[in-house]
Amino acid sequence: MSPWLPILMAVPVVGAIVVALLPKGSDKLAKQVTLLVSLLVLVLTGVMAAGFKPSGERFQFVAEYDWIPSFGVKFGVGVDGVALVLIALSAVLVPIVVLASWHDADGVKTADGTLITPKRSVKTYFSLLLVLETMMIGVFAATDIFLFYVFFEAMLIPMYFMIGSYGGAQRSYAAVKFLLYSLFGGLLMLVAVIGLYVVAGSKTFMFPELVGAIQDPTMQKWLFGGFFIAFAIKAPLWPVHTWLPDAAAQAPAGAAVLLVGVLDKVGTFGMLRFCLELFPDAAKTFTVPIVVLAVISIIYGAIVAIGQTDMKRLIAYTSISHFGFIVMGVFAMSSVAQSGAALYMVNHGFATGALFLAAGFLIARRGSPFIGDYGGVQKVAPVLAGFFLVAGLAGLSLPGLSSFVSEFMVMIGTYSSQAHGSGALTAAAIVSAVAVILAAVYILWMVQRTLNGPTAEPVKPFKDLNAREVWVLAPLVALIIGFGFFPKPLLDVINPSVQQTLTNVGVPTSTIAEKGTGQ
Amino acid sequence: MNSIPAPTIEYGTLAPLLVVFGAAIIGVLVEAFAPRYLRKAIHVPLTLLSLAGAFALVLVQVLRGQVSTTASAVGALAVDGPSLFIWGVILVLSFVCVLLINDEGHFVASAAAVPGSADEEEAESAGGGHTEVYPLVLFAVGGMLLFPASHDLLMMFVALEVMSLPLYLLCGLARRRRLLSQEASMKYFLLGAFSSAFFLYGTAMIYGYAGTVSLPGINQALARGAALDPLLMIGLAMLGVGLMFKIGAAPFQAWKPDVYQGAPTPITALMASGTLVAAVGAVLRVFWVGLGNLDWNWRPVIWGVAALTMIVGSILAITQTDIKRMLAYSSIAHAGFLLVGVMATFGTAEQNASSLKAILFYLAVYGITTVGAFAVVTLVRDPGGEAGHLSRWAGLGKRAPMLAGVFAFFLLAFAGIPLTSGFFGKYAVFAAALDSGTQPGDSMGGWMAALVVVGVVASAIAAFFYVRVIVLMFFSEPSADGPAIAVPSMGTVTVIAVSLLVTVGVGLYPESVLGVADDAARSLFIR
Repeated sequence: MSPWLPILMAVPVVGAIVVALLPKGSDKLAKQVTLLVSLLVLVLTGVMAAGFKPSGERFQFVAEYDWIPSFGVKFGVGVDGVALVLIALSAVLVPIVVLASWHDADGVKTADGTLITPKRSVKTYFSLLLVLETMMIGVFAATDIFLFYVFFEAMLIPMYFMIGSYGGAQRSYAAVKFLLYSLFGGLLMLVAVIGLYVVAGSKTFMFPELVGAIQDPTMQKWLFGGFFIAFAIKAPLWPVHTWLPDAAAQAPAGAAVLLVGVLDKVGTFGMLRFCLELFPDAAKTFTVPIVVLAVISIIYGAIVAIGQTDMKRLIAYTSISHFGFIVMGVFAMSSVAQSGAALYMVNHGFATGALFLAAGFLIARRGSPFIGDYGGVQKVAPVLAGFFLVAGLAGLSLPGLSSFVSEFMVMIGTYSSQAHGSGALTAAAIVSAVAVILAAVYILWMVQRTLNGPTAEPVKPFKDLNAREVWVLAPLVALIIGFGFFPKPLLDVINPSVQQTLTNVGVPTSTIAEKGTGQ
Repeated sequence: MNSIPAPTIEYGTLAPLLVVFGAAIIGVLVEAFAPRYLRKAIHVPLTLLSLAGAFALVLVQVLRGQVSTTASAVGALAVDGPSLFIWGVILVLSFVCVLLINDEGHFVASAAAVPGSADEEEAESAGGGHTEVYPLVLFAVGGMLLFPASHDLLMMFVALEVMSLPLYLLCGLARRRRLLSQEASMKYFLLGAFSSAFFLYGTAMIYGYAGTVSLPGINQALARGAALDPLLMIGLAMLGVGLMFKIGAAPFQAWKPDVYQGAPTPITALMASGTLVAAVGAVLRVFWVGLGNLDWNWRPVIWGVAALTMIVGSILAITQTDIKRMLAYSSIAHAGFLLVGVMATFGTAEQNASSLKAILFYLAVYGITTVGAFAVVTLVRDPGGEAGHLSRWAGLGKRAPMLAGVFAFFLLAFAGIPLTSGFFGKYAVFAAALDSGTQPGDSMGGWMAALVVVGVVASAIAAFFYVRVIVLMFFSEPSADGPAIAVPSMGTVTVIAVSLLVTVGVGLYPESVLGVADDAARSLFIR
């Protein structure tokens, strides 16, 4: 019994209650309290992570309490390497998002004073953010599948309100679409969760005890389907991706970062942990069709991104392409590809987070998300332009930046995978390589149209980043460059748990490559 | 030697019933003899105390471990664990509904006056009111208690009428939109009378088949006799129609939206919670106890009814523009979810107890959330009464953030979002249904899984219209002449607070209610 994870989950929710109960008119205090709480969580996460032993037990910081004995449900938490880095990702992103959203609920004004979004309740926004942080930690930490499901569904609600109440013009449409898509997937997963419990007959939802519990191949396929559809919607995978561009474009930039950076990772995380380990035979059976869907996502997302005129939609489509890579890596059934996929989840969070936030700062200045409304930002706001460029380059996986390492590992691992359907996997890796070129097109073209060229008239009064905004982007860029050159600390934590996954799936893991540990 | 033996009546066991009926009769006497200005002052404490007293008597029986294991009152009533649980739930729900009824302005001053006439104005200015709503409610509650505890079909018919007749009257007593209210009353009465006739006819047919109206007697006859006897088949169908009407299952759901919309909102709350609980209890008793040996025969039929009910309830709700009609369709969908639980029967008593637990839990948490939701509806008012039209709710989140927040939470509970009580209710019945389908030799097999999938699809559709109200309240700008938010009375505040606490509390720690439901269900029904 380790108190770490319950404490990590309790701190934000207590903070949320405190923020919600602050007296009227204490908006500034609410922001400060939120920032402090999220920094406290970051520090606690850091201290906890330092105590994680990569070579030790798979699940560490384990805690189990009886929650609903009548249903056999426990409040069971614990982290393996992949869960740990994703919790760390959430803990890093939340304070950054708090800083970035500092004025989002105050009513966003453009330089010439027109109101983009009206003033809304600041306290509600920040307490929702903290509630969401608790749930993000909980969903990755849960070792009880029922508990995982509870967080998986419940975390939709704060995000729904963040999009619906604080987003752009089409916010209520986007929020409802987001909620209904996710809810539908979640309900199918609920059936599968119940089915797992009933068929396994072991009267428990604890993940470690359910590994290998379902032997019947037909049953595996059905249950796999229930879980996979939910995760595919969440991830999101083509053809169930259409909610993401709407939601991400309408959400305030900070919420979009958490949505794409963390919430969607639950989908790929769930595939890696639950779909593969609980239903290994079904996962192998469906490898080829899923990888085909992933490749379609990769190429389709990239091509559609090129055609976007709205920056946030463009970034959302690039994410669909990136999630395609992650899914391909997860199902390639090789340790290099899976480690790459897990690493990609983290790196994508940093890279896309930085891109969304930099775009958000541009939009806050101009009041328009459309690329065509910009031009020549570099001359008036060089620092902002510089950060935007670096974030963009991370998005196209430039060597030396963190996402390159993971994308390379996924492609190499998929190409050389010895798993079932290896021919198809090799082909998939080759086809997906086209996306590397497409990525250069969509990012560089956007960068060129916004940053370079003659300075557009409305862009001229732009102020460069203030100190707060630099504090938002600098840590992310530092992480992107740092992990680009030295991803080893992350890989050291990820590799053992990926090996464990592959062992449970029944794939030999003798060749753990240490690729991608440097340039 | 021709003396008739005196029946043995277990007064202790039946005490909760007797208290409620006794208070109802005293209430009638009060109407007859007490001066007008005193009546309400007598009725309110009398009604509340009798309900609380009956609840206390239920508690005493449970806590002393004196839950009876044999039928009472010469085999007419079965006050077993599930009955006592249902009684407790109904008493709590009706207690909070009476708190809502106490509020001024829900009931007409003079029901007999033509709407809009001088008589009506006169009665209104004279401050008249129908204080007989209190004894009527007590009779209805008494009927609700009797209904699920009936051990034979005749008793059940009597209970059905005792429960329904006062409700027909109460539905027509709304102060505002009186024509709508009277129409609701008339519709409910006519359709209800039909369904009662079906029930009675079915009882007669089954008597013809089994030679008895006692539920265990019927079950024994089923074990011996021919299972495809036309008398039995007709009787079963008729009985089913009567019962499905009461819970509002499709295709017998048409009365629900009209009646829920027209009735005074506190009465709607009572019907949507108490009546549903009682009717589901009766359905369980008839199908599990009386027709237990015929389950391979009725389960496919109920499968269709449940699937249809869930789909009809959730799809038609989408097109509704009135908040009470929407909640009525939501109640239809929930009746469908409950029927999924009713189908979860097993070969062993232990497993049956676990599905019974699921249904009891669902009833308790759904009932209390429903009352809370209707209590909120009473507070959002236009000059002409409650602001029923959904468009009037636009922007409520800005005008009254607390109220809108609470209502949004209730809606999320109806939608079954985790960390609300509604989620665990839905989970419990779905789990029971899937479990029963995977038992070797189950007559439905994979069909149960299919039904659960229909259930989750219906839940997803239902989520759409719950969420639509949240969108209206929070994401739309308020209109300039939006509805007024009435200052809630102490009673209404209590109702909303209790509902919210239960919905949140059970959502976080469902074991609190599950444990009680488990104890109640373990003994199963008396057979």
